Amino acid sequence: MAGRDRLTDPPPGADRGVPDFVGRPGPSAYHRLNPLTKATLATVTAIAAVVLGGLIGPIVLVTAAVIVPAVVGRVLGRLIRTALLLALPIAVSAFLVNLFFFPGAETVLLRVGPITATAEGLGFALEILVRILAISGAVTLFYLTTRPADLVVDLERRGVSPRVGFVANASVQTVPAMVERAAQITAAQRARGMDTEGSIWRRIRGVVPIVGPVILGSIAEVEERTMALEARGFTRPGRRTLLWSPPDSGLESLARWALLAALLALIVGRVTGIWA
Amino acid sequence: MTISLEGVGYRYAGATRPSLLEIDLDLADGVVIGLAGPSEAGKTTLCLVASGLAPRTVGGQIRGRITLDGEDIDAWPMHRLSQRIGIGFQNPSTQLSQVAATVFEEVAFGPMNLGVARDEVVARTWAALDSLGIDGLAERDPQRLSGGPQQLVAIAGLLAMRPEHLVLDEPTAQLDPAGTRLVAEAIARLAADGASILVAEQKTDLLAEVASTVIVLAEGRIALRGPASQVLADPRLVELGVAEPAAIRLRRAAVAAGVDDDRLKGALRG
Repeated sequence: MAGRDRLTDPPPGADRGVPDFVGRPGPSAYHRLNPLTKATLATVTAIAAVVLGGLIGPIVLVTAAVIVPAVVGRVLGRLIRTALLLALPIAVSAFLVNLFFFPGAETVLLRVGPITATAEGLGFALEILVRILAISGAVTLFYLTTRPADLVVDLERRGVSPRVGFVANASVQTVPAMVERAAQITAAQRARGMDTEGSIWRRIRGVVPIVGPVILGSIAEVEERTMALEARGFTRPGRRTLLWSPPDSGLESLARWALLAALLALIVGRVTGIWA
Repeated sequence: MTISLEGVGYRYAGATRPSLLEIDLDLADGVVIGLAGPSEAGKTTLCLVASGLAPRTVGGQIRGRITLDGEDIDAWPMHRLSQRIGIGFQNPSTQLSQVAATVFEEVAFGPMNLGVARDEVVARTWAALDSLGIDGLAERDPQRLSGGPQQLVAIAGLLAMRPEHLVLDEPTAQLDPAGTRLVAEAIARLAADGASILVAEQKTDLLAEVASTVIVLAEGRIALRGPASQVLADPRLVELGVAEPAAIRLRRAAVAAGVDDDRLKGALRG
């Protein structure tokens, strides 16, 4: 085609190269760690908190692997707010169920009508609470200090299919997109006279005409997104070109393996009874 | 290089009747074909069929023959077609990759997928951003842009893939007049550089400006076809549910008010 040469000739300014802001280092030392290192730390912390059990172990673990990095990353305030919001529904219900309905508990702390809070239930409820907060804190810290795009690029560099990174990233991004869509549909339904305030029954009735459009709209969007990705060559076999990749070091690699080895040792210790 | 559709019909999966019937179309180098028609006329479906997404990704049944430079593309996978035919959609937010932290990376996404050399990816990305006048957005998060700029980013992403053929389904649906002008200029420039473009649009003013040929669809069939100046001035256009370009409306109104048509033409030319 006659114009192809003109199209492929770099136009004025095309020699500007990859701009500085692509893959710009994060604002703190913790942000600047390789995404896989942060993902490993989050995963090991979450699993270890469950395997450790008790109260002291998970609290020390959370302090070392979540609170300290959050202070270094200057995201402690946002971490606490987000992690609590994320964990609150399940944490409250798990706490109450264990506090009042712990099987075989005998030490009564409080009677509220037909239900009884027990000391054994309180102890177990606190253990569950700490585990939930540890998981929520570890995951939140990762997402507050890592751009999803960085993780996708890093995994790709290591030979992981871009589809894996894309699915993981898209799943995370789907949540705020659905929340935004739900807010828009709620506003539209309210503008047409739907009552979403008042008694719980009214609120529940108000949810029904919102859920359908949110889910159907999301399904339609998935089809459009799939088409757009296909049209942009995403399904082409072979390696993609990468503009940049997050830095990694031998020390970080060693730290990742050490974390995984420590987790394995902990699990083996718990299963065999060495770690009581 | 030409995309040819010969006697093409298409029916979506589960649909009782076809959405396209007996479509014949040749899209050659440097030609811009405008596609008009009322809602549900089959414009989007024709875009999907011409780009190869239907039935490859969308499903459904297709009839007739589609060729690219004389070669039947029936067995071509989508990633092979995507290197030759680019398609842009109405909704900009669903065209974003969701894995790009900046507009620059978003626009580079397509050529990166194609495995284009890194320096070439960078050159193409800057060129695409420059051509739409959005290089100032390069650092922004594409997800946080409003509809108009997002659509321009999506179109820049297509341009960076350097397809020989471009299919645009209502690319200016969410753009303001300034954004629409940028897209019109980009279409004209690409056509001048030899790309062939099929653009479905409700804005017939845009078609009058960029298209050499206009096709009007009605109920999945071609109802009108011809040079843009003739089709867009055809009195049947309004009957088919398509708004005339403002210049044609103005001329009709002036003639109806008793202004001499020849003098008006002279004044408009002047």
